Formats: sequence, C-alpha cells, structure tokens
Amino acid sequence: MAASPAYGEEKGGSSSLGEPEYGHDPASGGIFASDYKRHDDLKEMLDSNKDSLKLEAMKRIVAMIARGKNASDLFPAVVKNVACKNIEVKKLVYVYLVRYAEEQQDLALLSISTFQRGLKDPNQLIRASALRVLSSIRVPIIVPIMMLAIKEAASDMSPYVRKTAAHAIPKLYSLDSDQKDQLIEVIEKLLADKTTLVAGSVVMAFEEVCPERIDLIHKNYRKLCNLLIDVEEWGQVVIINMLTRYARTQFLSPNQNESLLEESAEKAFYGSEEEDTKDAKAEAASLAKRKPYVMDPDHRLLLRNTKPLLQSRNAAVVMAVAQLYFHLAPKAEVGVIAKALVRLLRSHSEVQYVVLQNVATMSIKRRGMFEPYLKSFYIRSTDPTQIKILKLEVLTNLANETNISTILREFQTYIRSMDKDFVAATIQAIGRCATNIGKVRDTCLNGLVQLLSNRDELVVAESVVVIKKLLQMQPAQHSEIIKHMAKLTDNIQVPMARASILWLIGEYCEHVPKIAPDVLRKMAKSFTNEEDIVKLQVINLAAKLYLTNSKQSKLLTQYVLNLAKYDQNYDIRDRARFIRQLIVPTEKSGALNKYAKKLFLAQKPAPILESSFKDRDHFQLGSLSHLLNAKAVGYQELPDWPDEAPDPSVRNVEVPEWTKCTSREKRKEKVEKPFYSDSEGESGPTESADSEPESDSEESGSSSSSGTSSSSSEEEDEEEEEEGSGEQSEEKEGEEEEEKRKKRKEKGGLRKASPGSAGSEEEEEAEGKKVKKAAGPQGKKGHAETSSEEASASESSSSGSDSGTEAPIVVEAKRRKAIPSSKASPKEISLLDLDDFTPPPPQPVSSSSIISTSLVTDLEGLTLTDTSLAPALLSPAFGAVRTYELLHRMAGEGLSVEYCFSRRPFPGDPHMVAVQIQISNNTDAEVKSLRVSEPKLLAGMRIQEFPEIESLAPGDTASVVMGIDFCDSTQAANFQLCTHTRHFYVSIQPPVGELMAPVFMSENEFRKEQGKLTGMSEITEKLTLPEKCRSDHAIVQQVTSAANVGRVPCGADNEYRFAAKTVTSGSLVLITLEWREGAAAQLTVNSEKMVIGTMLVKDIIQALAQ
Amino acid sequence: MIHSLFLINASGDIFLEKHWKSVVSRSVCDYFFEAQERASEAENVPPVISTPHHYLLSVYRHKIFFVAVIQTEVPPLFVIEFLHRVVDTFQDYFGICSEVMIKDNVVVVYEVLEEMLDNGFPLATESNILKELIKPPTILRTVVNTITGSTNVGDQLPTGQLSVVPWRRTGVKYTNNEAYFDVIEEIDAIIDKSGSTITAEIQGVIDACVKLTGMPDLTLSFMNPRLLDDVSFHPCVRFKRWESERILSFIPPDGNFRLLSYHVSAQNLVAIPVYVKHNINFRDSSSLGRFEITVGPKQTMGKTIEGVMVTSQMPKGVLNMSLTPSQGTHIFDPVTKLLTWDVGKINPQKLPSLKGSMNLQAGTSKPDENPTINLQFKIQQLAISGLKVNRLDMYGEKYKPFKGIKYMTKAGKFQVRT
Repeated sequence: MAASPAYGEEKGGSSSLGEPEYGHDPASGGIFASDYKRHDDLKEMLDSNKDSLKLEAMKRIVAMIARGKNASDLFPAVVKNVACKNIEVKKLVYVYLVRYAEEQQDLALLSISTFQRGLKDPNQLIRASALRVLSSIRVPIIVPIMMLAIKEAASDMSPYVRKTAAHAIPKLYSLDSDQKDQLIEVIEKLLADKTTLVAGSVVMAFEEVCPERIDLIHKNYRKLCNLLIDVEEWGQVVIINMLTRYARTQFLSPNQNESLLEESAEKAFYGSEEEDTKDAKAEAASLAKRKPYVMDPDHRLLLRNTKPLLQSRNAAVVMAVAQLYFHLAPKAEVGVIAKALVRLLRSHSEVQYVVLQNVATMSIKRRGMFEPYLKSFYIRSTDPTQIKILKLEVLTNLANETNISTILREFQTYIRSMDKDFVAATIQAIGRCATNIGKVRDTCLNGLVQLLSNRDELVVAESVVVIKKLLQMQPAQHSEIIKHMAKLTDNIQVPMARASILWLIGEYCEHVPKIAPDVLRKMAKSFTNEEDIVKLQVINLAAKLYLTNSKQSKLLTQYVLNLAKYDQNYDIRDRARFIRQLIVPTEKSGALNKYAKKLFLAQKPAPILESSFKDRDHFQLGSLSHLLNAKAVGYQELPDWPDEAPDPSVRNVEVPEWTKCTSREKRKEKVEKPFYSDSEGESGPTESADSEPESDSEESGSSSSSGTSSSSSEEEDEEEEEEGSGEQSEEKEGEEEEEKRKKRKEKGGLRKASPGSAGSEEEEEAEGKKVKKAAGPQGKKGHAETSSEEASASESSSSGSDSGTEAPIVVEAKRRKAIPSSKASPKEISLLDLDDFTPPPPQPVSSSSIISTSLVTDLEGLTLTDTSLAPALLSPAFGAVRTYELLHRMAGEGLSVEYCFSRRPFPGDPHMVAVQIQISNNTDAEVKSLRVSEPKLLAGMRIQEFPEIESLAPGDTASVVMGIDFCDSTQAANFQLCTHTRHFYVSIQPPVGELMAPVFMSENEFRKEQGKLTGMSEITEKLTLPEKCRSDHAIVQQVTSAANVGRVPCGADNEYRFAAKTVTSGSLVLITLEWREGAAAQLTVNSEKMVIGTMLVKDIIQALAQ
Repeated sequence: MIHSLFLINASGDIFLEKHWKSVVSRSVCDYFFEAQERASEAENVPPVISTPHHYLLSVYRHKIFFVAVIQTEVPPLFVIEFLHRVVDTFQDYFGICSEVMIKDNVVVVYEVLEEMLDNGFPLATESNILKELIKPPTILRTVVNTITGSTNVGDQLPTGQLSVVPWRRTGVKYTNNEAYFDVIEEIDAIIDKSGSTITAEIQGVIDACVKLTGMPDLTLSFMNPRLLDDVSFHPCVRFKRWESERILSFIPPDGNFRLLSYHVSAQNLVAIPVYVKHNINFRDSSSLGRFEITVGPKQTMGKTIEGVMVTSQMPKGVLNMSLTPSQGTHIFDPVTKLLTWDVGKINPQKLPSLKGSMNLQAGTSKPDENPTINLQFKIQQLAISGLKVNRLDMYGEKYKPFKGIKYMTKAGKFQVRT
C-alpha cells in the first residue's frame, strides 16, 4: 500500500521490528496466511507511537476483514487505539470495533467512554459519528447507555445529529426489543421534526420499530407530504411506501363511485354527476349511507406532492410513486405513471426485471394504461432470457382485438429465435392470446399446427401442450388436427407432449374412432419404456377406449392394465387397480361401475390460460413480497380501504404553545445562552436524564394547560405567528428555534403538541371542529371542489357572517374554518392550526391544473432546502381573506363571479398580485369559453389572464387565478369577461392593503429601515381602540386582515410592528402600532410611497375601529 | 435493510464482504452459486433469490456480482438501485470498477462502503459528499501520502452533509472556471427484415462536467423544449422552474454528473441514419451458406457516421465463416459463434460490405433461425431529435465561466432482424 515505503524507513529506525514482510501489499493474498507471527507484527505496530505505523497496521487489518479473514485475536491491541488522534486510524478502528465488538463484549466496553465523551463534543459531526459507532456496537450491556444517548441526540440542536439518532433507533431495537416503548417515544418526538434531513430516517425507524402505530403519523402527515420533495431519495422511498399504507387506512377508495355508478348506469345519462349520485342514493337503500365520493383534501395533497417525483433519477423513487398511484389514485389518474415506468425499462437489466414484474401485474388490471407503449415491450435478441419472458408476459396481457395482429406478427419472429426457452414461452403466449381473443383462435391454432413440423423437439412439444388446451375449447371441428397429432406419437419424445397427445385422443376418441385403438396398440407396445406421466395417460386412454369401443380394445386394455399392475411406480399400480375395478364389470364391483362412462367421459371444462401475475396485486406493488409472490418476513399488508372514512380532523395540527414569556429580554436570554456558553454539551446529559419525567409532564401539562389563563393564550397566539414566519425561514432560524424550544422545555413549562397527549383542550378543540363539520357536510363537499351550490352557499354564509358579526373571518384556501364571533374566545385561537404554513392542501375550488401546478411551485418555495434561494417574501402567515363580488348573479344572467386576494405570490411574475376568481354557473345551460378580454388599463398596469375555461357545466364552479400588476396604485383594473355568448364589463379595485406582500425582518432591521423612512415618508395618526380590539390577538388579526403584512418581532409589550413590501416596486412599508394606556393608541406608517402610506393608515384605523 | 454485501467475481470467488449489521456467514452465497449454475449465463441469474432465512439481491456489472443480503421486506428496487449506485461510486473513485481495482484499493472501498450505509440504510450516496469524507486515491496523493504519511481520510470535517445543497461540496475553487455539457442521444430501434422500422425511439441524456468556483446557480434553456416528452432530473434541478418555464435551473454538483435524461416524444418520427442490406442464406442441401452485409447512410443530415460496429450472433450450426470485408476488420469466434465487424467510418461513395460463405455443420439440417444484426455507430455534432440548447447563464458568482456544449448521436439498442 501507499505507506509501505515510508514504513520501510521506520523499520530501520526501530530495532524491535525486524521482519521483512512488512513491505508487502496488504491486498495481495499471500500476506493473509493465518500466521500468528504476522499478527504479532501487527500488534507491535499498533502498540508503537507512530501514527503511520498504526495506520499501516489498521489498513492491513481492515483488508483482512474485507476478505472475510478472522482478525478477532487482535481486538485488545486495536481497541487501545480508539482514542487515537489520527482521524483515519480512528475511523479504521471504528470499523474494526463494529465488526468484532459482538464477539468480544467485555473488551469492547473499554471503548465506550471514548464515545460517551464524543457525544458531548461541541462539533455536531463528532457527536453524530460517536453516536453512530456507539449504537453500532452490538453489546447488550450498553443498552441503557445507548438509550440515553439516543434520547439526548433526539433533542440535539443539530438536525444531522437528530438524523443519526433516528438511525440509531432500529439498531437499538434489534439489540433489545424490550426498549420498544421508550423508542416509540423518541420516534414520536423525531416525527415532529421539521427538517428534511431527519424525515426519511425517522420514518425508516418507524417502519422498523412500530409500523402498526399509524396514529403517530396523523399529526405529521401533511408535513411529511410537503417535505417529501426535498427529502433525500432513499428517504423518499420509505416515506412514500409508508404513506401508501397510511392512506389506505385513512381515506375512502377514490374508485368506489365507479361501482356505484355502474350499478345505476342506466340512469346516468346527460345529468350531472351530482344528479346521478343523488339518484343512486334514492334508489339503493344500502347505498344511501354512502356519501357521494369526495376526495379528502389530504388524499389529494399526497397524490399531488408525489407526482413530481416520477421525474426522479432514482428508479426506486419512481417505482414507489408508481405503486402509490396504482393503489391510491382514482382510475383516471393512474395513467401518468406508465410513461415513467416505461422510462425505467432503459435502465440496467436488474431494474428492468423488477419493473417488468410490476408492469405485468398492473397491465392485467389497467390494460389501457400501457397500451400506447406497446412497442416499448418488443423484445430484442440481446435481452436476457428472463427479461424476454417478462416482456412477453406484458405483451400478452396487453393483447386485445385491435392490436392482436401486430402482436402475433411480432410473436412470429420470436418463434424463430435461438433462445429455446424463450420460444417455448412465446408458444404459450400465443396460446393465451388465442384463448382470450376468440377472433384469432383459428389463426393461432393453424400457426401452432405448423410448428408441429418444426425441427426442434422442444418447440413441437410446447406446441402440442398448447394445442391440447386450445382444442379442449372446441374439439368437434378439429378432428383433423387430432389425427395429425396422433401421427406425431411416432417421433415426438418429450413426455409432456406425448402425454398430451394421448389425453387428447382418449378424450376425443369418438371423433377419431379408427385411429384411437391403433395408437393404443402402439403405446401398449412401448409401455414399459415410457415415462410415468405417459404411462398414466396410456392407462387413461385404454380405459376410455374400453368404455366407448370395447370390442376393439378390450384385450389391449387388459394387457396395459396388467403391465401397469407390476409397474415400479405405485401411482401407476394404484391407477391400474382403480381403473380395473371401475371399468371391468365383476360380481364384486359396486354401483360405480354403471357410471364409469359418466366418470371418464364427462364434459370437462376448458382450461383457462391465465397470467401468473393475476391477483398478485394483493401484495403492495414494488415490494419484495410482490416480486416473490410470497409474503416476505416483515411485510406489512396493504390494508383495504375503510368503508367509512376515519375522522380527518386527526391530521389537523395544533400549534405548540410556548410557555408564557412576556418580556423579550427574558426570551432573548434563553435563546442566546447556548451560543455563548460552550458548555452546551454538558447541559445535555442533565436534560436527557430529565427527559423521561419530562415527557410525562408534557402530557400532564397538556391536560392541565386547559386551565391556563386566557392571557397566556394571547401570548401563545403571538408565538404562533412567530412560529409561522420562523418556519419559512427555517434555514436561518431553524437552529435558533430548536434551541429556543429546547431551552424552554428545560424550563419545564413547555406544552408540546404531541399526538399521544390527548389533553382536554385538544378534545375541546376537536369538538369545536366537529361542531363545525356537523354544521355542514355541504361545507366539506365544497372543499372537495365538486358541488357548486353548496360551495357558494358556504361561501356566502361565511361572507354573511363576515359582514354581520364583523368578526375576523379566516377564509383561507385551506380547511381552516371560519370562527364565528361567538366562539372567538381566545381559546379557540389555537384552531388556527399549523396549516398556516403548511402549503395549502387542495384548494376548495381550484380545478384547473395550471393552478394546481402553481401551487406545487408555491409549496416548493416553502420547503426548506430551497429557502436560501427563495425570495425573502413570505406568504401571509395569517390573514383574513375577504371575498368581493365581481359580477352579481342577476347582472351576469346567472353567472356569478367573485374574487378574493389570495395573498399568495403569483407564479411567474412576482410583480403581480394574485387574484383568485371564482366563477359559478347558476344558469341551466353550459357556459363555454370563459375568458378575459380587452383589458382597459392605466399606463404601466399589466394583467395576466387566466387560461380560458372551455366550459362550465350548470351548477359548477370553477376557480382560476389571474395576476394583475396594479403598479402600486389603487386604480381599478377594467376588463371584459367574455363567455361564448355575452360580454360583461367588470373591474377589480384592490384595497391598498393587498398591494403588498409581507417580508420578514428582525427587529434591528426594522429599526434601521424605519430610521431611513422618516419625515415625509412617515405618517402618524392617533386613534382609540374600541373595547374588543384591546387584546393583542385582535389587533394583530385586524391589521393583518386589513393589509397583507408580516409581523415583526418586537421587544416592547405594547407595541406591534408589521412589515411588507409593495408588490410592484418593492418599496418597504413599515407599520408600528403603539398601544398606550386605556384605549389610546398611535399608528405610524413609514413608506416611500406616501399615497399608499396615507391610505393604509386610513384602512387600518378603520379596521381597528370597527 | 441491507444486511451484508458480497462481491463475487466471474470464477465464483467471494473477494470482498462487508456487513452493516451482525455478520452473515458467507455460506449464504451458496444459494447464489446454485442459481448461477442453473442460469448458465451471468445475465440470466435472477436478481432476487429467496433462501430460507435471507433474500439475495444482486446486480451484475463489470463481470462482478454485487450480492446484497436482505432479511426483511424491502422494495427490491431500493436495493438494486443502491447497488448500482455503489458501482457508479467505485467507477467515479477509481476510473474503472474491476476486481483488480477493488482489491488494490480495498481499504478505500471498505471506508466508502462504511459511509454509504448506516445499519443498512443509505447515508451518503452523493459522490461529492463521499469524496469529501474519503478522498479518492490519485497518483499524486499516493506519492504525497507516502512522503508525508498523511492519509486519504479528509482531515477537515465534512460539512457537505449539513449543507442545504447536499450534492455540492463547499469551498470549491478553480483557476479556470468551465462548464461543459454533452447532449448525447441514443437511437433505439428494431428494423425488420424488409428494412422497415418496427419501433424506433430516441433517448437522450445531458451529461455535464462543471468546474466552477463557489456556489454558481446555472440556468440552461432549450430552443425547443417541447421535444422532451419524459424527463428525469438530477436532484439539483428545480422542478418548479421546469414545470412553469421549461428552464433547467440548478446549483450544479462539482465535477461530472448526469443533469438530465429524457425521452423524445413518440409522435416525432425518428430519422434512422443508417441502413443495412443483408443476404444470409443457409442452403438445405449443402453445408455452405452465403453471407453478405452492406451498411450505408440514410438520413444523416450531412454528417459522417463513425465508429460503426456490426455484431451478430450466428446460429449454433455455423462452424466457421470465411469472409472478406471491403473495409475494417472482422472476427468470428467459433466458440461463442459471435461475428464482430469493426467497420469504422462510412464512406458514402464506397459503401462498406462484408461478403463470404459460412461452413455449416455437416449432416444436420439447416438452422431455422436467422441471426439478428446489432449495430453501433456514432455521429458527432448532431442531436438527431433536433434538440438545441438555447443559452446557459450563471448567477450568484462574479467571474465569467467558459461554457461549452457538444452534441452527439449514438446507436442505442439498434437491431436489424434478418
């Protein structure tokens, strides 16, 4: 090896080492002769104090391990070097240790303290590697130490260390499964982690330790879906597989309506889908219970977020998504996976092998999906045989009346292949095509008969077998073929083929009355030399002939039976005895004799030639079990769809509420402590020692916290917001936030939203949700973008309550419910779940695919790894979306159009304000080609029209997004809304608050910017706060509902700061609200754009005064 | 997940083993050898073998079997894809992946394997990160290590694992900043006896070699992105930009990587650049057969076809062939019955041909199967689909990089049936 010459020098220096073999290349085999002396050298080298010697020795030892040679007797010498300074030596020692620790448990313990020290190192990479090695040492004695280390690492501030902790969980579990309960706690904690780095590893741990605890996933479901695209590829595979199972337990089958519709197919004409389902409802009492199918938004979220992964370069990821779609998607959408799967066929042959197996299964159920790609399955002579046979299987599955002629032509070339196994498989495939497609049966049969004269015996034999099966379907017309085959008995030697011919002749001896006895005669002659299966068929033939034509064949039959009686094989002896009793009447033979003819010559059903891949889809596709068609160890069954969807609210995420922390100073102190003290590691153990009681207290805390004062929940709310923004800028803030969390937890007051802790508050909340759910199944339906009436109803009711009670209504594009003012007690605020920053699940109304992809892009902007690249603009953490009317139902002759400012960045152009437009067709007729035309805009204003809506069925609602660049003015954008018959003049006038987008900045930045924007750019106004606007929450709520601004953290108790940038010019808008004693308050707006500032002040004051 | 890995060479020796969990005896490979015997040819060994206590998943590359031992349910592609990634990594590290190379660098191999999996679950598979953890051996480094006694293990702690762009190592520095992109298209086709195309499609890849300082953010746009029907990306490519604007936007890994692979939509007719005229006859009576092939250019867009190579697997009945090529060299291996004809460049004025006779086994009837002709060729400076890169821009760094784009068309699985 490299260092060996250097070592030669060393040798000269140290007198104790005198052996010449040192210079040898460790990789060359000779050195590994199990020579004790040689190991002595190694020991000496390890004991020396030169790193290069140690390294050389370790390299040789590792080379021994790699070749599978035993190096265990060096253990004491190696383990001493565990604390070596040289990184490479250390690494190689780790390799050795992990390999042999199990065998030398006592000695291995010597190394533990080194790792324990490493666990407290300030460098995260060292902490991680120490944990990695420690957990890889399979010594049962150290289980408690490992447990402790894992728990500690699970709350480490470094995501990389937490990832390592997740990896360590299955290791510990395999060492000691008694730790399961404790490990589940750790898994639960890590599942809540929001970094992509951890997600894959912890789901892996979940799958290995507690795949049955599906309840742990609920709270993390949406987060996992949203993080998925940024998780590393191997983690993606594991997460997708897990989510497939999860979805099968939590959602309803998307295809259930199909069976429903099929049942009431005759009624399903012209009427809208809704009517159909209504009819079906009325008709079948049993079906009445079933609601018309509406896809759960979470179900949709999963499908949408996994789809881009079909583009992954990793075949395993593509396969995972494909199986997810196959098992979970509505029939109409499954097709998208075909293209990606076909692409994988270009990959290595092993990949092809697996993919083709899965395609074979899929192509039975969904033939149409792969039909366009038929030619991709054509076989090349260079394919390995196993691939050829699988492709053949797929081709056969895809054959139908339209393409059968091309497929058969293709098969004809295959029959001439040199690969005989493949030719045999082709013949069977032809047989299957012939049975499945009646049209070509005769053609196939003729082709196969021609093959009977092939020179290759295997081909002939295979043809005979297949012909036999085909003939069974219509024997009468084919006596010619049977005669032809009878002649073959002279030449053909393959036992299976001979047996098939004999069976055929026996079965249809009435069609060939002259030939049959002759064949029997020949067979009787050669009986003793035949194979067993042939002998059995000879006996059968004899028996059948005896029954139909006893005159000619009586003697022959007896001769054959006599021969069989003394055969070596007991099966044949038994058969002979049994048949003799049945057919030859004696005084002893019983009643069965009379029925012998019925027994032997009964009409036999034709065999069904089926694919061996039929019904394989009860195994999860892409799994090992599916490939082997047998349950593999540890296989998790794919559950059936539930009949009733479990409560979807379990996936709503509750925002963790922080401990009350009134003054900024206090908080800051906590945050910053770890950064200044390098004793962070030392505080670790105490924390982890506490962790068990802590988790208890977490639970008790959650139940008791329902009693916490409402003032604290105001605080919580504030926190929530911060959490929201923190999430989006996690890249920067992640660490800090982790730290915060950790520190707070240490204080013991933290209340975590752990799914297991069913605190009373949570229950209360769930109840609240249920109430809202119960209030309208319609509302739910509306979410799932089907029925327009109901959607608009819920819409209008919400807007009604909006204007009526003037409570802040949160009509987010998510499942967030409006909070009626009566319920708007501070407690309810926790309802504003984490959805705030999880990117939106399916829009209640969106239907155009363009929007949905743009949503996907939005999602990506929010995920972590991209944050550094994403603009600092934030989507609103929080805000009320008000709906405005664009076209009234009356004015629009049944067409009603509403719009709202969704406050999301408009994809494609950051200078545009996204306007979400919802169009409902209340007429009786279909409205066609809805589009925007002739925009009349002021100079500089631009408009990005929504894509034309081809048609809108009566009662339907469509939602589209258009972008308008208002040039930072509140001038209305006028344009025409055209249908195929009418034009409507409409205009959109933005409230000033919608012309901006929130930005995130720190308090210091805010002050700095504010300092620049004084004088003319500063507008100050005094106001009095009405009674109900005197809580922090209400103020924040009102301000954010009036303008699209982001909250800026603020140290002072009674000051609120917000920041935003105008959409077009990007000028800063800073808002400060100072709350003095009582009702008095002062509002300051700083902005370059004076007009905007003035208007904003007016709007905010108005909002607050309400 | 992955329990152990065994590397087995063509002669059936296990020359490397690595265990990520407890040790699995190498006797488990006996099941593999059994299957290997049954399969007769290496490529027909089933990739998944079930044994009483384990499952063996294997890939066969560079004449080495990489056999992974699995104990519990795991998606088979997960393991297979990982094994291929291992091979790719070795290739990346050592230039070639061969038994000798692995044996020579056994310690590095072992260290790399150690980093790639933790407890059987993939940990670091990006070669950029791995190279930061364990430096690949180079001649220079070997010399330096010998003199200074330093090591292959990176002495700085690898921060790549913590990075937001895990595929790129940090602190990259080059004096010449350059980015090269190769657009390589392969034509897969089956041509039938009469010369008509049964199926033809174009698969392409864009391989990149990017050596840029710092954290460059690149965008690559096409003149005609609509051509691309189905694409798969390196994880660095931002999917949303592609979806919305059909632009490839990415922070590249350092060094060589495959940016994109694509499939050209099936509606576009594929131009077949070569044709093969063949006349292969086995006569029933005599033990001689006639053999004649001519290769000529068809739709080449004015470019020359180079590197033409014809291979054909002859039937077992052929004992020997006596052929004369008009250009190039040919070999017929009487054991494997493989005919190889290295043609070289096609000169349209004087088409290359190979003529002669075949000696058939006497006494047996004529073989009833016809050999298939496999074709390889290369066309420089042409992307047969017409795909064109529009521009390449760099953001995030100040310097001006040197950019280069090369096009090439190759034969993929190009077969002519006779």
